[in-house]
Amino acid sequence: MTDSKKLFRRYRLPLGAAAAVVLAATAFGGASSSAAPKVAVTCSSPSGASGPGTGATTIGFIYVGSKTDFGYNEAAHAGAVALGKACPNIKILEADSIPETSDMTTAAEQMIGQGAKIIFSTSYGYKDYAVSLAKEHSDVAVLQQGNFITPPVPPNANTYFGNVYETVYLAGIAAGKATKTGKLGFVAAFPIPQTLLNINAFELGAQSVNPKVKTYTVFTGSWCDPGKQADAASSLLSEGADVLTQHQDCTGTVIKAAEAKGAFSVGYHYDAQSLAPKGWLTGSDWNWGPLYESMVSTILNGKFTGSVFNTNYSLGFSSKTIPSPMDLAPYGPSVKAGTKALIATAKKKILAGWSPFTGPIVDQSGKIEVAKGKAATAAQLAGMGYLVKGVVGSIPK
Amino acid sequence: MSVLITIVAGAVAGGTSILYAALGETISERAGVINVGTEGTMLVGALAGFAAVVEVGNPWIAIPAGAAAGAALAAVFAFVVIYRKASQLATGLVVMFLALGITSLYGASYVSADVHGFTTWKIPVLGALPFFGRVFFEHDPLVYISYFVVPAVWWLLFRSRWGLLIRTAGERPEALRAYGVSPSLVRLVAVTLGGALAGIGGAQLSTALALSWSEGMTAGRGFVAVALVIFGGWRPLRVMGGAYLFGAAITIGSVLQVHGVQVNQFVLDAFPYVLTLVVLVALMRREGQQAPEALGQSL
Repeated sequence: MTDSKKLFRRYRLPLGAAAAVVLAATAFGGASSSAAPKVAVTCSSPSGASGPGTGATTIGFIYVGSKTDFGYNEAAHAGAVALGKACPNIKILEADSIPETSDMTTAAEQMIGQGAKIIFSTSYGYKDYAVSLAKEHSDVAVLQQGNFITPPVPPNANTYFGNVYETVYLAGIAAGKATKTGKLGFVAAFPIPQTLLNINAFELGAQSVNPKVKTYTVFTGSWCDPGKQADAASSLLSEGADVLTQHQDCTGTVIKAAEAKGAFSVGYHYDAQSLAPKGWLTGSDWNWGPLYESMVSTILNGKFTGSVFNTNYSLGFSSKTIPSPMDLAPYGPSVKAGTKALIATAKKKILAGWSPFTGPIVDQSGKIEVAKGKAATAAQLAGMGYLVKGVVGSIPK
Repeated sequence: MSVLITIVAGAVAGGTSILYAALGETISERAGVINVGTEGTMLVGALAGFAAVVEVGNPWIAIPAGAAAGAALAAVFAFVVIYRKASQLATGLVVMFLALGITSLYGASYVSADVHGFTTWKIPVLGALPFFGRVFFEHDPLVYISYFVVPAVWWLLFRSRWGLLIRTAGERPEALRAYGVSPSLVRLVAVTLGGALAGIGGAQLSTALALSWSEGMTAGRGFVAVALVIFGGWRPLRVMGGAYLFGAAITIGSVLQVHGVQVNQFVLDAFPYVLTLVVLVALMRREGQQAPEALGQSL
């Protein structure tokens, strides 16, 4: 890969966000409800503001993997970079490859020791440490990316995430239209609610255009073990799956495996079309910058406690104030115009407030999980513990 | 039948990186040195092989690059434990962490880089055989090379003059000294050669199996290799069986899930280790394998 391409990749997310905002502003004048909203950023606390995190001039980010993994962690890092650009007066501290153990607490304590008053705890498994940290330091705002804090949420903490399932649902439509065998393959890591949500959304999206389609799921038991990913991909392909997708932190192996066998692939975390020039359909792509900036602004204004952010916050396409932190990656060459139109229609429905998890949602055993006509609640989504009918795979009980 | 083919073919594909590392470790331990740093040796081989292929554009460069990186790291380890008489276990762990750090640092720019690595070669005639064709003769070239490395290591250890020196260094180093050969030098060469093989194993993982690099991608395979050597009784053929058994157990996990069998994933994750341990321990007990007598001892 050339250096210029790498640079482009690294800054593609914030650049893309900027481009989207500019485009939206010019095309719709910022008035239309479907335009990407623009976030007003506050970079320092006004006098008199009080509450957790106010007066912060240093912000810490903790990542579970390498911040240059071209995946989940790099996307969070790109958000931090965007925040740093929007607020040059704020010092950004970063610690990457921090395991989901008390090492996270150590890293956070060091950052707090260096003056950080806002901590972004960006990995799912950091949650318990993040909550303890928040209780220990009532003057520090602790923001937990993903996972769910059982209420009451401490006044200086939250969880936040994108409605990833909306994008995955749309990508599922592309997969459902592309498959010839009617078998989709999903390489997942652990059966946590976030992942089950993605698997279900993928299958539901595919079903919406191809009622008989099935999603075959393999859990690898690791966020990044390329050897096991290769094995899972090969097992899925041998079973006849002709579209592969994944919920993994490192994504190259599964995409290359699909391409080598002439199968299609749907990406996750970043646009990996260059790895699969023939089989790439689409994928989901992160853009954390606007949400990070928005949360930090609220904190600096002293308005965090009791705000929408001071909860288990999730953000999707239908937000009128902040752009969704996740959107579809560009389409590959084989995606037909008709498929794109179907996806556009579904996206419009989601923008208008429709949830892909609108009932009837039936699990593998035939049990109705969401009643007809009702949308799944945030708590139902965050605590998802089942696979929908049409998914082949099992959850450890 | 097709399920069985998938499992056994997956066993060979997934077991090969471990096989290379375990063969290298067999040579090393036969000479009396336990290299727990094999995990690290594989890792540097994986990165060096991957980086070389990305830069040069030809997959074959992965073999010399992986071997050289693995050999270099193993030589450092060997020097410290043989000439500075440091503890083999402690040094091995330090080397492993050293490799993890170095490869994270220098590998950062190769994460998810596109690589034109090894592709699957279907061997004419043999590849058309029922069952065996798909299982053994539809893989990447590094798998085929490993078919020759196994008997080569056996021949080296048990039929060549060099092998006699290596085994003597592991059993009776003082006899070597009396014979006028430096056991230290023999051990150094054996460990370095073992490191080269582990490096090739790592390169197989990154440039043939996974076609990607990510930090810590060996994910414990080096430790499995060390365990296989011990439970495999320091014999190349049995080590080969152990490596494939481990690979098979991982593939069984995937295949069961693909077929929607209700299984507990956490049990599946432990399954490869449990299965390999049970089978090899059962074999070992029956035959009462003896370790090289001077294994782990400083000279």
